[in-house]
Amino acid sequence: MRKFISGNDAVAEGVRLARPHVISAYPITPQTIAVERLSEMVEDGSLKAEYMHVESEHSAMAAAMGVSSVGARAFTATSSQGLLYMAECLPYASGARMPIVMMNANRAIATPWNIYGDQMDSMFLLNSGWIQVYVEDAQEALDMMIQAYKIAEHPQVLAPMMVNLDGFVLTHTYELVEIPEQDKVDAFLPPIQMSKQVMALDDPKSLCISAGNDFNMEFKIKQERDLQNSVSVIESVDHEFHEAFGRKYHGMMECYKTEDADVVLITTGSITGTTRIVVDQMRAEGKKVGLLKLRYLRPFPAEQLRIALRDVKHVGVLDKNISFGYEGTIFTNVNSALSSLDTVPKTTNYIGGLGGRDITKGNIEEAFEQMMSSDHHDKIQYMNVRCEQ
Amino acid sequence: MIKHNARNLTNEEFFYGHKACGGCGESLAVRLTMKILGERTFAALPAGCMSAVSFIYPNMAFTTNAIITPFASTGAVASGMAAGLKALGIENTQTVGFAGDGGTADIGLQALSGAIDRNDDIIYICNDNEAYMNTGIQKSGLTPYGTKTTTSPAGKNLPGSITMKKNMFEIVAAHGIQYAATASVGYPEDLMAKIEKAKNTKGTSYVHIFAPCPTGWGHGSEVTIELAKQAVDSGLWYLAEFENGEFILNKNPKEFASVENYLMAQSRFKHLKEEDIEVIKNHRDAKWAKMRKDWQQK
Repeated sequence: MRKFISGNDAVAEGVRLARPHVISAYPITPQTIAVERLSEMVEDGSLKAEYMHVESEHSAMAAAMGVSSVGARAFTATSSQGLLYMAECLPYASGARMPIVMMNANRAIATPWNIYGDQMDSMFLLNSGWIQVYVEDAQEALDMMIQAYKIAEHPQVLAPMMVNLDGFVLTHTYELVEIPEQDKVDAFLPPIQMSKQVMALDDPKSLCISAGNDFNMEFKIKQERDLQNSVSVIESVDHEFHEAFGRKYHGMMECYKTEDADVVLITTGSITGTTRIVVDQMRAEGKKVGLLKLRYLRPFPAEQLRIALRDVKHVGVLDKNISFGYEGTIFTNVNSALSSLDTVPKTTNYIGGLGGRDITKGNIEEAFEQMMSSDHHDKIQYMNVRCEQ
Repeated sequence: MIKHNARNLTNEEFFYGHKACGGCGESLAVRLTMKILGERTFAALPAGCMSAVSFIYPNMAFTTNAIITPFASTGAVASGMAAGLKALGIENTQTVGFAGDGGTADIGLQALSGAIDRNDDIIYICNDNEAYMNTGIQKSGLTPYGTKTTTSPAGKNLPGSITMKKNMFEIVAAHGIQYAATASVGYPEDLMAKIEKAKNTKGTSYVHIFAPCPTGWGHGSEVTIELAKQAVDSGLWYLAEFENGEFILNKNPKEFASVENYLMAQSRFKHLKEEDIEVIKNHRDAKWAKMRKDWQQK
């Protein structure tokens, strides 16, 4: 069935189809409509789950940990300040290998106070041990809710997963979205399996244990190894999803017209759609430009990036964030991946969209033109700004 | 309801082999509580002595399911476990949170309030030893007036802590909670009876247990129980319940035992001057006047 719905509605539909046992959530703009819809679904019985009205985001994640600890499927959703408020609980959950799924509506961080979309919030949590995926549209948001549980709960992964969608641009924009049939989702995503890690009456566990300097590193290394290895699970789940539902998202990243490209712009989230159009226009003019849609930031697809970009002359990275005192966070990660190539492409960091500032097709075209020109330019370029750079 | 005492109490241990100090009142409270709640219990403990001494990989002290929670999150994690168990259809279980005084009255107050507001079917135990002991005896919201701690030093300008204990029991009761009680490890039969009531309560229940700490209070490990009794007998702590919307004072001594004897047995109070002790007594008397006037006595 196709429905004309917002990104938030699509998230709620995806969560409903994934049949979580408990939803614990606290409202924050622009995530609210997703959790409102879920509370309605619980009320009308179309989603058989407990809806916990927690008093904060910190408790939303803590409650999700409680749910996950007894082997039930947990969902929460947040954004921005809420994500930072619950931040302490994120490594707690990942260290305890709890496959919690969370929607994050990417939104600016105060101050200045701002409710619109950029990606400063989730960048803070790159080191939290969570899988992070960024979606381009409402359909992908819905589909990733279903994929997320399958990835997170995979016995070789057992990591929590954050599905990021741009605040307002995705959460509040209406699109035609295909809603999968419940029986097909049930076949794709079976009920959560009780892993050996969870509490059980016949096999009691102590969870979130302490491990001193004699054991701590081994725990962390196992966690790191499993998160690195989750790449193959992410790719196979996407493949299975394609077979079941006919839609595919190309695993860790999607290359669009990059094969013979001289310059490639790397994007995450909704700006990808705008960039696609610019690439098509410039290709029609015979310009060898391409787009790389980076879907996952953790685990980071370093090897895939090297393969995709080894023959490219100039790589631009569009960051909707700044790591103050340095540069855009994705730029740092991409440069680190490319640094081991024999011939390292030139790279430029395009920082834009902060606090919801528009990034126009013209801005993206200028970026491509700049990368194609032989004139010198600074490594950090701010898009569509009024102040001096 | 079963009347628990030393004769009929189970010999089975559910909290055993932990690394708490000798004479630890808090670990006794957890041990007795777990004996009443039994093997189908799911326990949540935030940062604090009890989690620090009982989850040290690979030696786990709880024989039941248990989890360390983020410091502020005892109420939320316990609620989440209860919700998960309910959704999975796992019945006849107990979900309990054990937090300290700081973990309850300070950093964990918000999550506890949320759990009571939802009336989640959990038992919340506050083990009150009147300071942040795990981090080295710092003042909490439940540290009484005149206490010398490592962050409320007693000197020529200050008598130690200059605030009174927060009225946690009444704060909890003000939510309209199903069942709340205060207890002391000095009166274990009363304590166990209250845990039994909490166990049989549908919805949220709260038991605030007074539990001396030899390390933090500066007393011998052999006088823990004696001091826990004296605190009640001298009126500096009280045994009460909140049930069906009513406060009930369980023990109303005709005459208070000596406050000085209680205070001077502990190095945290040794510096107190006569006028400081007057402040403590006046505060006690005002509290008791109100309790005796407004609360039922049974």
